[in-house]
Amino acid sequence: MEQKKPSFLKSLGNALIAILVIVVFAYGVKVTDVNFETTQSENRLTQLKRVIRALVKPDIIERETEDSDYEIPFYLPCPEGEVIEAPDQDLSQPHLIASEYCASSGEIIFIEGYNFPPNSKGPVNFITATGVRKQLGNFQADSEGYFAMDIEIPLRQPVAEAQAIRATSRVQVGNPRFTETAKVTWEKIIETVFMALLATAIGTSAAIPMSFLAARNLMAENRSPLTSIVFSLIGWPVGIFLGLQIAAFFRGTLLEIFGNTLLAIVVLLVGVVAIYFLLRWSIKPDDPDNASAPTRILGIFLIALAGLVGIISLVCLEIILKNVGLALIEPLGSFGFMGNFLYQIGEASYLIIPGVTALGLGAAIGGAMGRFGQTISDKSPATVVKIVNLIVSPLAVALLFALVGAAINWMYEINNLSRTLYWPAGIGGVIGLVLAIITGPKHALPTGLTLYFIVRTILNGTRSVESLVMAIVFVIWVGIGPFAGSLALALHTLAALAKLYSEQVESILPGPLEAVQATGANRLQTIVYAVVPQIVSPYISFTMYRWDINVRMSTIIGFVGGGGIGFLLQQNINLLDYRAASVQMLAIAVVVALMDYVSSVVRERMV
Amino acid sequence: MLEIKNLTKVYEGGTQALTDVSFSVKPGEFLAVIGLSGSGKSTLLRCINRLIEPTAGQVIWNGEDITAASQDEMLRIRRKIGMIFQHFNLVSRSRVITNVLAGRLGYVNPAMSLMNRFPKSDIEMAIKQLDRVSIADQAFKRADELSGGQQQRVGIARAMMQEPEIILADEPVASLDPVLAHSIMQYLETINKEDGVMVLCSLHFLDLVHRYADRAIALNEGKLMFDGSPEDIDDEKFKEIYGKEAERVG
Repeated sequence: MEQKKPSFLKSLGNALIAILVIVVFAYGVKVTDVNFETTQSENRLTQLKRVIRALVKPDIIERETEDSDYEIPFYLPCPEGEVIEAPDQDLSQPHLIASEYCASSGEIIFIEGYNFPPNSKGPVNFITATGVRKQLGNFQADSEGYFAMDIEIPLRQPVAEAQAIRATSRVQVGNPRFTETAKVTWEKIIETVFMALLATAIGTSAAIPMSFLAARNLMAENRSPLTSIVFSLIGWPVGIFLGLQIAAFFRGTLLEIFGNTLLAIVVLLVGVVAIYFLLRWSIKPDDPDNASAPTRILGIFLIALAGLVGIISLVCLEIILKNVGLALIEPLGSFGFMGNFLYQIGEASYLIIPGVTALGLGAAIGGAMGRFGQTISDKSPATVVKIVNLIVSPLAVALLFALVGAAINWMYEINNLSRTLYWPAGIGGVIGLVLAIITGPKHALPTGLTLYFIVRTILNGTRSVESLVMAIVFVIWVGIGPFAGSLALALHTLAALAKLYSEQVESILPGPLEAVQATGANRLQTIVYAVVPQIVSPYISFTMYRWDINVRMSTIIGFVGGGGIGFLLQQNINLLDYRAASVQMLAIAVVVALMDYVSSVVRERMV
Repeated sequence: MLEIKNLTKVYEGGTQALTDVSFSVKPGEFLAVIGLSGSGKSTLLRCINRLIEPTAGQVIWNGEDITAASQDEMLRIRRKIGMIFQHFNLVSRSRVITNVLAGRLGYVNPAMSLMNRFPKSDIEMAIKQLDRVSIADQAFKRADELSGGQQQRVGIARAMMQEPEIILADEPVASLDPVLAHSIMQYLETINKEDGVMVLCSLHFLDLVHRYADRAIALNEGKLMFDGSPEDIDDEKFKEIYGKEAERVG
C-alpha cells in the first residue's frame, strides 16, 4: 500500500476546522451566559444550601407538636439609674437565665436554658410590648434539658416597660400523619395520571384511522384518473356541508320531540335493529354483481336510510345518556361520577354527531362522485373523457381554491370578496383547466400518495408544536384546569401516535395483504383482514408507551394552567416553599418510574 | 379459455420483467410455468389477476378483457381466481378459520364482513374445505401454530373458498420439503381433475412438472422460450430455458 504523505493543505484544513469548532463553542458560551463567577458567590451558595436542604426534606409527614413558652422580661434600652435584677423563677421548672436583662439594640447577650424537656428544640423570640415576635434563633436542648446560646438584641422601638425574650419548646406528640401538602399532592397526582389516560384514549382513537392514511404501503397503490378525482373533489365538500345541515336539523328537531327518555330508548332499540337489517338487505350476499339497476338503486336507498336511522339513533343515545346520567348523579352518592361520565358523553355528541354525519356523507357523496368519474373514464372514449375533464376540472379546483380562500378570510379577516373568492376561484379554475389539458384523459394519477403527503405534513406540523403551547390555546377555549391539559395532550398524542402507528403499518408483511387482495376483497376488507391483525400488538405497546409519556408531560402542563400536579409545583416554587415543592417532585418521580415499569411489563407481555 | 396476448411488464425503474408473452390455457388444463428465479414467473401470474398492473398487452378470460376491467369489475373477477403463494401468505396472528373465510370476502356483504360476521353456510364451507385438505381439526388454532405444509393447505382451502375457475399457484412448494411438496401438488391435482379448475402453477423442479402438468411454458428473462408438453423438454430445450451452465437435478 502506498504511504500517504501528510499534505500541507490537509493539515491546514484540519487546523481551520479545529479553530472553527473552538469559535462555535466560544460563541455558545457567550449566548448561554455561562458565568462561573456567580457559582462561587457566598450569598448564592448559602441560598443553594438552603434550597437543597429543603428539597431533601419533603414535607410529607408531620407530628402534632405541643408548644410551651418560657420567657424572661427584658428591657430595651436599660432604664437609666435602675438596676435590673434577675426575675424570680421556680428553678425546678424550665427557665431561662440571661447574662443581662437589659441591653440596647445590636448588643449580644448570652442566655442559658435549664430543665427544658430533654432534647427539645424550638425558636427563641424577642417579644415586643405589643406582642410582635422577632425570631432570634433556634435552641436545641441536650439530654439534660440544658442549652446555651448567644443572641443579638434586635432593632426595636425603645420603650420604658419590660419586653420579653421567649423560648418556645416544641415537643412532638401523637402519631405521625400526612401533611396537608402530602394530601393535596396525592389528589393532584391522581388527577395527573387520569389526565394522561384520557388524553391517550382520545388521541389514540383519532390516531388509528389517521395512521392508515399516513402509511405509504397502503396509499401508494391508490391511483385514479383525473375525471374521478375532480368529481370526488366536488362531492366531498358538498357532502360535508349537507351532513352538517342534516345533523343540525335532526338534532334540533329530535331533541325537542324526544324529551322523554323511555321513548328515546324505544326508538334507539328499534333503530339499531333497523340498521342491522337494512345493511343486511342492502347488499344481497349472494350475487351483488348480477344485480340489476333497480336492485342497486334500492341498495343505495337502503344504505342511505340506514344512515338516517343511524343519526336518529345517535340523537336518541345522546338524550338517554344525558337524562340517565343526570338522574344517576344524586342516587349514586360517591359514585356519582359515573352518572356525570354518561352525561358528559351525551354532551360531547354536539361535536360527535355533526362530525360523524359530515364525514360520513362527505365520504359517501365524494366516493359516489369519484366512482361516477371513474366509470366515465373507464367506459367512454378518450375524447369524451377529455371534454368532461376540461369542464369539470376547472370547476373542482376553483371550488377547492374558493374554500381555501374562505378559510384564509376567516383567519385574516380580509373581508374582500374579490381577494378571497373571485381571485382564488379564478386562479383555481385556470389551474384546473391546465391540469385537464396536460394530463392524459385516462392517465391514473397518484391520489393515494398525494393524500399521504398531505396527511404527513399536517401530522408533522402538529407534532412540532409542543403540547405546552397547545395547552395555552385550550386553556382559552375550555378554561384553566385539567380538561384543557387533557385536550392539549390528546392533540399531541394524535399527531405523534399517528406517525408511529403508520410506521408500523408500513412495516407489515406484504404477503397477507396481497393474498387477501387476490380474493377480491375491497380496500376496507383488506385492511380489516390483512392489516389489522398484524398491527394490533404494536399498536397496544405504542399506546402504553404514549401513556407513559403523557404522564410525564402532564406533570408540567400545569405550568400554563393545564391542570395536574404542575400547577401545585409551580405555585410552591414561586412561594419559595421548597419543602412542599419537593413533595411534588418526589410524587412525579415515583409515578413516572412506576409508569415506566408498568408500561414496559405490559409491552413485554403484548409483543 | 384464458388467453394472454402480448403481455409486457416494465417496472418503474426500467426492469423489463415480461416481454411480449402470448399463450393460452384451455379450461381444466394444468399448466406449469418454469424458468429461473427472476425470469418473470411471479410477475406473469400476478398480471393475470392484476395484483401487478401490466404495462401492455391483454389478458382475456372467457371473452372478457381483464386488463381493461374497472376496479370494481376487477374485484368481481378476482373472486373467481384463487391464488396460492410460495410463503403461504396467511395472516399469522389470525385463526385458521378466519384465514380460510377471508376467501369469501369478495362474495359476502361487505358491512357484515367488517364486523367479522360470515353467513353460516360460509363457515360450514370453510370447515368442509379444511376437511378436504385434512386439517379440519386445526381450524381454531392460530395460523402461525401450524407447520409449513399445514399452512400451505390452509392457503389452498382459502383459495377454494372463492369457488375459483382458475388457480394461480406461485411456486407453491418451493418452501416445502420434497415429501410435503408432493402432497401439496396432489391436492392441486385433485382440484384440477375433480373440480375442473384451471391451474397455472410455477415450479422449479422438472420432475414435478413431468409428474403433474398437462402442459408447460418456460420463461427466460421475461421472454417465452417454450410452450408445449413437458415431455418435449429435452436437453437442448433445457439449456435454452435455464442457460448453458445449467445441469439437471432431480
